[in-house]
Amino acid sequence: MIRLLAQLGQRAQEALARLGRLHLFLVSLLPALPSGLLRPRLVVDQLFHIGVLSMQIILVSGLFVGLVLGLQGYNILTTFGSAESLGVVVALSLVRELGPVITALLFAGRAGSAITAEIGLMKSTEQLGGMEMMAVDPLKRVVAPRFIAGFISMPLLAAMFSAVGVLGGYFIGVGLLGVDPGAYWSQIESRVDFHEDIVNGVIKSLVFGAVAIWIAVFEGFDCVPTAEGVSRATTRTVVNTSLAVLGLDFIMTALMFNV
Amino acid sequence: MSMDGDNLIEIRNLTFRRGSKVIFDDLSLAIPRGSIAAIMGPSGTGKTTLLKLIGGQLRPERGEVWVDGVNVHKLRHAELYELRKRMGMLFQHGALLTDLSVFENVAFPLREHTRLPESMIRDLVLMKLNAVGLRGARDMMPAELSGGMARRVALARAITMDPRLVMYDEPFTGQDPITLGVLVRLIRSLNDALGLTSILVSHDVAEATSIADHVYVLADGKVVASGSPEDVNGSDSPWVRQFMQGLPDGPVPFHYPAPPLAGDFLGEASGKEKSA
Repeated sequence: MIRLLAQLGQRAQEALARLGRLHLFLVSLLPALPSGLLRPRLVVDQLFHIGVLSMQIILVSGLFVGLVLGLQGYNILTTFGSAESLGVVVALSLVRELGPVITALLFAGRAGSAITAEIGLMKSTEQLGGMEMMAVDPLKRVVAPRFIAGFISMPLLAAMFSAVGVLGGYFIGVGLLGVDPGAYWSQIESRVDFHEDIVNGVIKSLVFGAVAIWIAVFEGFDCVPTAEGVSRATTRTVVNTSLAVLGLDFIMTALMFNV
Repeated sequence: MSMDGDNLIEIRNLTFRRGSKVIFDDLSLAIPRGSIAAIMGPSGTGKTTLLKLIGGQLRPERGEVWVDGVNVHKLRHAELYELRKRMGMLFQHGALLTDLSVFENVAFPLREHTRLPESMIRDLVLMKLNAVGLRGARDMMPAELSGGMARRVALARAITMDPRLVMYDEPFTGQDPITLGVLVRLIRSLNDALGLTSILVSHDVAEATSIADHVYVLADGKVVASGSPEDVNGSDSPWVRQFMQGLPDGPVPFHYPAPPLAGDFLGEASGKEKSA
């Protein structure tokens, strides 16, 4: 029993220490970000790896989520005789919630894990130590461009996810189930509010993007430089980002829409 | 307190520990300008740690490390980075950037620290690659290189900025005899041609002593022997003799501390082994 408590305490201590390091890392990273912006070529490279290469999974997932929303929404709405509101249901679900949240989860799995593994392997093969000894700060050369690219990519990917999802809902609702196309679009136009829905959705995706990329670069930088250490860090990136995104989503939704 | 002008490196009363394990205990040594110093000792004596302390990647608990007239651990971040531009380091596994070609790896410090025109960068990189015999490998990626070639590329990169000091971390480990010969010759000829000071961390006794001007043998956090290779080879200390001649048993026992043999084989398995 005592041993169990001790183990629990040790785990909690480790988690708190990691949380502390996560924030200290951010404090040392922030001053390095401007020099990342001064090197656009490195940021563009990372935009390609982090953003463009994530588009495939984001677009396909967005389409399927839109298709499912169309099917489910239609089934429920027809019982109330308001199938013409399908467009609003699909659009609001995506813009307010599913777009930012699912994109962030997919982003953690696709890009976050890759960044953690890459930085972790650079650490374990002494590439980061080598840079330091060449008087090149790895925070500026390696971490900052990835952080900036991730921060820029995430809201754009979330916007694509939502846009493709709305089209997916359209294909199902209008194309297959006979909802009036005019009603689908006009309801979206009249009921989706720019500030209330779209801006809040963009804020969410910005916050999720920052958190996801912050965790990914930190875990890579902080990992134990062994094969096992890198593998654990990669897992932690996906798990911790998912938990952080879902937790933050609840808090932000409560602040934005219900209070 | 400043340092003796003839020495590029002075280490004074250095104490460093990892956790509760003492790595260096009041260690002092000096390396004269223009020389090759071999730091030798068995695995785990902290030879690589010493290089990291000289490069400012680690902080000592006590003591001072002076490089080229400055106390490394009193420098601010920017000053330390300025000092590192005058140091080259060859890591044990090369530490080449895997996403860049051989050419770009060697050009990396120039691109980061200078605004030289592309044609000059090209000339400088090809000169350095030529010096290590790999001008023809400029377009290869690090994954395509053999271990020995990777180390030579890393060596070319370490001297790209024309440093005053080059630190070699186990450059001979795992190399075939031909590569070994090439590396030994390169380290000596680069040191003399470029007027460098070199620190060679190694436990390959024959290779290190063949090119070193000065040898330091470390054990238990202290210098146990120092002097010219001949002095150290002729040392009276049984420990130094065992190390230099590679004898399997001696003051450093062959066996890791263990309970008596008979008791271990005939007795019960310990709790830990049972649960495993």
